[in-house]
Amino acid sequence: MDYILAGLKEAFRLLFSFDRGTYTVIFLSLRISGIAVLLASCLGIPLGALVGLHKFPGRGVITTLLNTCFALPTVVVGLFVYLFLSHRGPLGMLGLLYTPGAMITAQTILATPIIGALSLVAVKGVDPAITKSAISLGATKVQTTLTVLREARVAILAALIAGFGRVVTEIGAAMIVGGNIKGTTRVMSTAIALETGKGRFELALALGIILLAVAFLINTGLYYLQRIRE
Amino acid sequence: MKNYTIQTHNLSKEYNGEAVLKEINLQLERGRIHAIIGPSGVGKSVLLRLLNLLEEPTSGEIHFDGKALRENNRLNLHRRMTLVFQKPALFNTSVYENVAYGLKVRKENRSSILEKVKKALEVIGLKGYEHKRARDLSGGEKQRVAIARAMVLEPEILFLDEPTSDLDPRNVAIIEELIKYINREFKTTIVIATHNMFQARRLAHEASFLFKGRIIESRNAQEIFTSPKDKRILRFIEGKMIF
Repeated sequence: MDYILAGLKEAFRLLFSFDRGTYTVIFLSLRISGIAVLLASCLGIPLGALVGLHKFPGRGVITTLLNTCFALPTVVVGLFVYLFLSHRGPLGMLGLLYTPGAMITAQTILATPIIGALSLVAVKGVDPAITKSAISLGATKVQTTLTVLREARVAILAALIAGFGRVVTEIGAAMIVGGNIKGTTRVMSTAIALETGKGRFELALALGIILLAVAFLINTGLYYLQRIRE
Repeated sequence: MKNYTIQTHNLSKEYNGEAVLKEINLQLERGRIHAIIGPSGVGKSVLLRLLNLLEEPTSGEIHFDGKALRENNRLNLHRRMTLVFQKPALFNTSVYENVAYGLKVRKENRSSILEKVKKALEVIGLKGYEHKRARDLSGGEKQRVAIARAMVLEPEILFLDEPTSDLDPRNVAIIEELIKYINREFKTTIVIATHNMFQARRLAHEASFLFKGRIIESRNAQEIFTSPKDKRILRFIEGKMIF
């Protein structure tokens, strides 16, 4: 028990002394996952809106795929991104393996179906009379879609938060395609795994606290968004 | 010769093989108020949605200004007419943004939008409500905002689907005055679906009685109420029609 308390004490010291190494890992995590969610939202939100608002052949297949990919195993995504980005892979010439770019790619793949599927649900949750009103008031198809997205903004923001929560805490893909290189690709989740493996619990606990704090902030955000919605 | 803005030819609509509207032949004269009357559930709302091009008919044709739909640009047609729903589907934003919506999608300039919205809010008696959340308004106020949202567009044709069905007498009177104002001020052709024959009589120049998906009589509104040719209309007027 003593070593846990000592670890916690050291963790708080690292956090409140603004230890450079700790904060490098934290900011790198937030930057990689933030960019990944931004890219995933550029893909997922239009995809969700397209499938949710328009009827076309293959719509059911895309919906099923989105829902299936909702729970993509992170190591499988990591493996496929590795195979594509490795020197022998089709995208090997990009030299992205073991860089933040590779991690962003993997996390974008993980977050896109989550944001897409939740955006689909969000736009479907908008009263159909809103869509009809927009059309009746002279909106073009694009303007109508943007209007519906604006109506679903709280639910879409929740989708973005859920996507961020998923990628910032994942470890499988980050480890495989990032390589856990200190100062370059070492993020909170991979650092925790590494430090725990070495028996150095202080940094692992400090990062664990930050991850918990991020999760807490995400859930607090979701709670308040739901209240606004009500 | 009468100037018709909309004519329908054998317009029919089915849902899952069940006919809701059957061979509707309507002629809507420009600048007049036309009431579609009949008991609840006879297809009045469906007819308005077809005329507003929000749904496709199963068969039959709609002509605008004598031209078939396929000869017209759909977006241009949408921008010449609008529909106010029975339950006002207001956007989750301010009253100003709601009323300005149609003008913004038409890319009108900011000062013109500001002026038109301000005037419309004065006309509907909601001056100073610009920054209120539209969804926080009362039922009557919401419906007035929905009508203002349509009115600022000065549409050639305005469809109103049971616009006063859930409102108190004061709001009913306000909205009926608004309908007359829009018709008088902008020469707008108004098509109002209502089950309230008194309202139809107060507002409409022409009336069509819809029953079980068919138009059974269509003529001058006063005549249809004072001397209906069809017995079913007489029963409806006398309140004996059981639905």
